[in-house]
Amino acid sequence: MIPADFEYLRVDSPEAAVEALVEHGDEAKILAGGHSLLPLMRLRLAYPEVLIDVTRVDSMRGVTDEGDTLLIGACTTHHDVAHDRLIQAHCGILSEATATVGDPQVRHRGTIGGALAHADAAGDLPTVVLALDGQLVAQGPNGSRGIAAADFFVDYLQTVLEPDEVLTGVRVPKLATGGPQGSGWGYHYEKFNRVAQAWAIVASCALVRRDNGTIREARVALTNMGPTPVRATATESALAGAALDAVADAAARAADGTDPPTDLNAKPDYRRHLAQVLTRRALERALGA
Amino acid sequence: MSKIDPEVVADELVEHGQVTTPDASRQVGASRLRKEDARLVTGQAAWTDNLVFPGMLHMAVLRSPMAHARIASIDVSQALRVSGVMAAFSGADLAADLGSLPCAWPVTEDMVSPEHPPLATEEVRYVGDGVAVVVARDRYSAADALEAIAVEYEPLPAVVDMEAALTDSDLVHADKGTNTCFVWPLSNGDVDAAFSSAEVVVERRFIQQRLLPTAIEPRAVVVAPIAAADEYTVYSSTQIPHILKLMLALTTGLPEHKLRVVAPDVGGGFGSKLNVYAEEVIALIVAKRLGRPIKWTESRSEGYQATIHGRDQIQDIALAADRNGRLRGLKVDLKADMGAYLQLVTPGIPLLGAFMYPGIYKMDAYDFRCTGVFTTKTPTDAYRGAGRPEATFAIERIMDELAVELGMEPLELRRRNWIRHEEFPYDTIAGLTYDSGNYEAATDKALELFGYDELRAEQVRRRESGDCMQLGIGISTFTEMCGLAPSRVLGSLSYAAGGWEAATVRVLPTGKIEVVTGTSPHGQGHVTAWSQIAADALSVAFEDVEVLHGDTHVAPMGMDTYGSRSLVVGGVAVQMAAGKVIDKAKRVAAHLLEAAEGDIEFRDGAFSVRGSPEASKTLGEVALAVFAAHDMPDDMEPELTGSTVFDPENFSFPHGTHLCAVEVDTETGMVDIRSYVCVDDVGKVVNPMIVEGQVHGGLAQGIAQALYEEAIYDSEGNLVTGTLVDYLVPGAPDVPTFVTDRTETPATSNALGVKGVGEAGTIASTPAVVNAVVDALRHLGVNDIRMPCSPERVWRAIHCGDDQTSAAAVPAADHETLRQTDSAGGAQ
Repeated sequence: MIPADFEYLRVDSPEAAVEALVEHGDEAKILAGGHSLLPLMRLRLAYPEVLIDVTRVDSMRGVTDEGDTLLIGACTTHHDVAHDRLIQAHCGILSEATATVGDPQVRHRGTIGGALAHADAAGDLPTVVLALDGQLVAQGPNGSRGIAAADFFVDYLQTVLEPDEVLTGVRVPKLATGGPQGSGWGYHYEKFNRVAQAWAIVASCALVRRDNGTIREARVALTNMGPTPVRATATESALAGAALDAVADAAARAADGTDPPTDLNAKPDYRRHLAQVLTRRALERALGA
Repeated sequence: MSKIDPEVVADELVEHGQVTTPDASRQVGASRLRKEDARLVTGQAAWTDNLVFPGMLHMAVLRSPMAHARIASIDVSQALRVSGVMAAFSGADLAADLGSLPCAWPVTEDMVSPEHPPLATEEVRYVGDGVAVVVARDRYSAADALEAIAVEYEPLPAVVDMEAALTDSDLVHADKGTNTCFVWPLSNGDVDAAFSSAEVVVERRFIQQRLLPTAIEPRAVVVAPIAAADEYTVYSSTQIPHILKLMLALTTGLPEHKLRVVAPDVGGGFGSKLNVYAEEVIALIVAKRLGRPIKWTESRSEGYQATIHGRDQIQDIALAADRNGRLRGLKVDLKADMGAYLQLVTPGIPLLGAFMYPGIYKMDAYDFRCTGVFTTKTPTDAYRGAGRPEATFAIERIMDELAVELGMEPLELRRRNWIRHEEFPYDTIAGLTYDSGNYEAATDKALELFGYDELRAEQVRRRESGDCMQLGIGISTFTEMCGLAPSRVLGSLSYAAGGWEAATVRVLPTGKIEVVTGTSPHGQGHVTAWSQIAADALSVAFEDVEVLHGDTHVAPMGMDTYGSRSLVVGGVAVQMAAGKVIDKAKRVAAHLLEAAEGDIEFRDGAFSVRGSPEASKTLGEVALAVFAAHDMPDDMEPELTGSTVFDPENFSFPHGTHLCAVEVDTETGMVDIRSYVCVDDVGKVVNPMIVEGQVHGGLAQGIAQALYEEAIYDSEGNLVTGTLVDYLVPGAPDVPTFVTDRTETPATSNALGVKGVGEAGTIASTPAVVNAVVDALRHLGVNDIRMPCSPERVWRAIHCGDDQTSAAAVPAADHETLRQTDSAGGAQ
């Protein structure tokens, strides 16, 4: 279908983007890869009157090594995130999960910032950033601020971004990965979908820090188990300081406290079951099983 | 863009063993690279939407968002104020000229046949039913103008469930007083006796889910008028240019001789373009009114509402047998969802299957009954297999169920009952005569390729160890009825058209060949295959043959392409026409060589006198002599053309054995096809590569029905799977690698010995896959899973003994949530 009429602006800096947002208010939307926004516009489910294209803002692209963290520009494409050497070396869960998004054509256009700002609970990136306890960097008329991932996603397709703010980047911690037997992080993103290009019906992102035969810490986040990505806190608690054989029981609690949606692929009881199975599998893989 | 050199490609393929080197003297049987492909893969194809004419205007259709409503009022005046809009029409504005869309198959005398206005005037009866059109200078203004049209709808009850519809408590067509369209029976043998005396009876209900045909090219039509002459050329992405021309004339009253219909390059149809659509009729009438070329192109989501749907049946099947496995009788009670209206062959589709429920098996009695039902949904019509996949699914599934009941190997049960090779030709209990077949040979070959015994052993091991991943084996031994069709048989079924096909072969003065065919290819490779046939028949080079098709001015006679008919009827016609050319050429050659006609031999491209090969004439020399006509035999006209209209004496019955191994993850319900082997017998093969392609495509679509695709309506009649986000057409990563092979048992009903192949893969594969999934879980108490076998359905069948899932009619309240879910739109 054909979108309703709109104006197109291309900006070359985050400040210019903010200015345009301030000027046009509710009528404006940021355009990055467009792979979430344009289909909505084509189906006439969204009618922004002004699109602000930020894909030429150089400062919003690329990966910066900040010592303990990596700062990833919001306009970095999924392809670039998946192939980036720094991310592969220091935050491999992000490259692994990003490589499962859509298909190669989507990954060459879609951006990490777009995915996070769109905040689809069925998307992969919000889940991973939540598991990493990442930080979202937003710029508005009053300057820049960092927002913890745990505070960023508030409801289905809704974040705490103000209408006059643009997401400029996301900050993720470096995860030290030792060998499987040593101390260090293991990780795995277990995604369950019916056809290759589809969204996950449910997915589980597991990060586990081992110390020989004990689990020091686990972080588990779930895709498509509620209106926002969620942390499987009961599972995480059950694994803190636990033995390796605690995984199955801990995974059985992955859906605790969740309110999974109903859609064409799954009703809530099946989703809860998948969350448990996928979490167990993700943890086993993360532990090098 | 670099130019693709077909010769270089051909060399590489030969080197890699993928293409057989054509023997210089025989084209038929060789995997000649397709003449069609260079244009198609380099973006040089001419699709209907590519056509541009001076002054052309764009048409957009306003469609009902409600499944059933009275149109209380409609006002198009505001649309006229949108910049770029030239005209806007409501259904009432055009009704006098539009006529009623035709149904060419009144299956019974008392069939309920509602009026079918191309644009609704008083009542809308499915989501997508058109109510108005706008015409604008560009497609963007046309889309915007639709929003300016004001329609007031008074809701009426939606009728979504077939069995509820049959109670007639809410009517789709109030003026008809019933939702029952027809009841059609077929019976042979004493079925009551067979059932009462049989030792075992199994009964099952199977659901053939509704499918959305998804040809890669959406539908489009361009009507170019010559206003002063009242002549119209209709370019349409259609499978049926000839039938469309006739139907447009009959529907609109426009004189048939003033109409020309052209099918440009058409990107797939699979039956969904075997139709006469509202947009084609409307575009024609609007072009006439405005005197301007008119273009309409559907979007994908629009097409999912506005283009016909496939399948949608409830099948109640009962199979009676003796303890030793011998089949006694089969009962089929079918409910078929017509949708809101009857499109071109809507009511006939389930009847095509009626003859195929007995499959390849012998039995004493057969009783079939089909009830056609109206609902407030998009009309159904032909979709790859058209009635026969449904039938094959039912018999192949219930054979597995019977095998379990008898404690017999499913393959052994089939062997005991199938028609043996030496029994052909065989008159089936459904009243058909299968001409030839060799189920033993195809099955033996398939078993070997599949590694059947090893897989069964592995299955046992996994069951014993309680492995999370269980293995299942599914069998489908099928035949199908294609090559539509002997015209007298179609007449006996009350189908309005015939089943012949036309071909003309002419030799040009330079010796090149033009073949004019009445088939209308849309991806099948007819140009290549007919070139091969003509090249052999005329002893000319493959490259020296040109095949003309798809334009009623160029190929005036034809019955078009569907039902796996084109090779069996059209290709055979080409060969027969070529034979007539050789006969004429022989007469001329005899005259020129001053010999008796009976002494003339045609060999290696030349006519010579037997015993004196040095005096000869090539076909080209004969053609030039005929053109000049200086020295012709007395009683012969100066032309070297052969024309044939071939009406087949029987249907064509390809068959095959398909074996599928699946792995089912019992924790998640995910089904993975581990291996798929099929041995198909399509008679004599003209082009093995084309056959391979047809089988692959058919398999993908059949597997898609088994595992992925389902058109879902909610209880208010909204099509919930309205885009490719929710309607799961499998992509390349989802479709397994196939092992395909062939046996070749020639058809006896045509001189080429060929059988159809276009739909075979689709017909066979769906039950092979579902049988495999059920087989994997039988020991866990599962004996059926409703298609598509989604992970959730499989999981529920294992864990709850119930496979009813969210995919059953979704209540409207959930629909809003679902709308939002899929409006999350494209990928991240």
